[in-house]
Amino acid sequence: MPRAAQPLLSVRDLRVEYATADDPVVAVDAVGFDVAPGEFVAVVGESGCGKSTMLFALARLLSPPASIAAGTVEFHGHNLVTMTEKELNVLRWRDYSVVMQSAMNALNPVATIAAQFADAVHAHAKYSKQKVHDRSVEVLELVGIDPIHLKSYPHQLSGGMRQRAMIAMALLFTPDLVIMDEPTSALDVVAQRALMMQIKQLQAELGFAVVFVTHDMSLVSHFSDQLLVMYAGQVVESGPTRTVFDRPAHPYSRGLLDAFPSIRGPRTPLTGIPGSPPDLARPPVGCAFQPRCPVAFDACTTTKPDLYPVGAVGSRCLLNAPGREEATR
Amino acid sequence: MNDTLLETRGLTRHFKVGGTFSRKRLHAVDDVNLTIGEREIVALVGESGSGKSTIARLLAQVYKPTSGQIVYQGRSLADVRGRKAQLAYRSDVPMVFQDPFSSLSPAYRVKHGIMRGLILHRRELSAAQRRDEALRVVEAVGLRPAAEILDRFPHELSGGQRQRIGFAQALAYRPRLILADEPVSMLDVSIRIGLLNVMAALRENEGVSILYITHDIASARYVSDRVAVMYGGHIVEQGPTEAVLSDPKHPYTQLLLSAVPDPRAPLDTSVINDRGEPARVIDPAPGCRFRDRCPLRIDRCGTETPLLRDLGTNHQAACHVAS
Repeated sequence: MPRAAQPLLSVRDLRVEYATADDPVVAVDAVGFDVAPGEFVAVVGESGCGKSTMLFALARLLSPPASIAAGTVEFHGHNLVTMTEKELNVLRWRDYSVVMQSAMNALNPVATIAAQFADAVHAHAKYSKQKVHDRSVEVLELVGIDPIHLKSYPHQLSGGMRQRAMIAMALLFTPDLVIMDEPTSALDVVAQRALMMQIKQLQAELGFAVVFVTHDMSLVSHFSDQLLVMYAGQVVESGPTRTVFDRPAHPYSRGLLDAFPSIRGPRTPLTGIPGSPPDLARPPVGCAFQPRCPVAFDACTTTKPDLYPVGAVGSRCLLNAPGREEATR
Repeated sequence: MNDTLLETRGLTRHFKVGGTFSRKRLHAVDDVNLTIGEREIVALVGESGSGKSTIARLLAQVYKPTSGQIVYQGRSLADVRGRKAQLAYRSDVPMVFQDPFSSLSPAYRVKHGIMRGLILHRRELSAAQRRDEALRVVEAVGLRPAAEILDRFPHELSGGQRQRIGFAQALAYRPRLILADEPVSMLDVSIRIGLLNVMAALRENEGVSILYITHDIASARYVSDRVAVMYGGHIVEQGPTEAVLSDPKHPYTQLLLSAVPDPRAPLDTSVINDRGEPARVIDPAPGCRFRDRCPLRIDRCGTETPLLRDLGTNHQAACHVAS
């Protein structure tokens, strides 16, 4: 997809810290990327890599002990980081909305879908009762749920329907940006794929951009335009999705891709990635991935890599540092 | 096929749902005939609510079957009475749970759980032998240095290490069949493969059979010899893993396979319209439970429940239309 001249969302040098009794823990470090209008940007990584924290920082939803320590998040050219709650309230839900992880728990179990939709509307606009109802019916139909379910309670809906209802709620004001935190993680593969198709279709119809966080790299392979791979709070690889899948530059992305058994082709033994993600309170010296890296060399234990350009992608690996290009290819 | 270790005959479990006076019954598992051979890894695949965990709990004797029987080494479990015989079965068929964060007690060191199993199920061992055996099982699941791991608390271990301890505990009983209920679904993708490799190694080196319960058909293919696909409490297809995956007969298996995200293959858009709504299993009427979602549906599907029938070598599907 051609990059628009003016990005809708522009994140620069974002750093999020968790205050502790000792030194603050850096959960998100030097994260930067752009989201063009109508673009689908996927963020993948293991649990604890900071992807959800990063998402919460974008939406300014962090609460203590987490806080944004540095960086800017420009949305429509306005810096969200310096805005007050009052200023944010004008943008929230109308211009950008959030779909939380596990709709099983994100909906209020003792209120009907209609009541929860009305709550969201009244928090951000003055609509008449009739208008709220009409709009609720519209968005439910958009996601393919019979409007009769406006009177239903969450437990009367299946998991897939609840997740769709959450997405419908995020579309009440036709925002420009929808931020999604693992919306499919509680669903079965069939429901998962159906939901992904639905999101893409809605995107084509309504033109909103999506920032989509998931731990399942293969899920977004056919759906996202740009892909960010996060590890230990940093973006280790970013670029067009197809390029990252076809020619992963960073050893961690390669490892993640090799960790999925395939349902087609020959059955080959896989190794996964040995070890486990680092404790962010005691990050490794040098490259954060170096203790688990199959191609680590001496400099990795001392030098922190930057995000180096490799063709269309960026890779945070010393092997991709300018001057070492030949060593990798 | 290998010698049969355990089989179920018409295994059925219903649950009462609704209020005190409700007559509604949820058919979690209906008429399941499942066979597990010696040294065999059988994968039980299905969506949530399809009854796969209920089968594991029936086999582990957490639930009593509503009807049907479980035959272990030629003997029906209904005839296994008395504490000694019960214990013997439980040590032969242990379970490994889904959530490694809640299945180990945070108050005890790792060795506690393993030692308890050894004291309870292997009375013949002396204290020194127990210690050696504990070290052996921890090493068998790929954790080193074993002596140090045994002295740790669960919170000092990562999720993958904890789940390996789950397998080490089961292994301490010297089991014949391990019931592994979604053992990798709570783990990060980069460490799942390591655990699947542990399961394959346990079969190779310790000679145990494994019932691997999962919703992830790709991991089932990676590790299993045979696969049984469940839908709405029934087994709808079973057979050698490669046969079922390369030539799926049942329309549900076909749907499931087409929905697996595979970055190496183009997007399969042939069954876009399916929403993935689960089967209705509360007082189901006779007929195929997949019929409302089925593209091949014929009139007979609404009246007659299809039974498993042979469609290839050891390959069976429960469908009136499939051939």
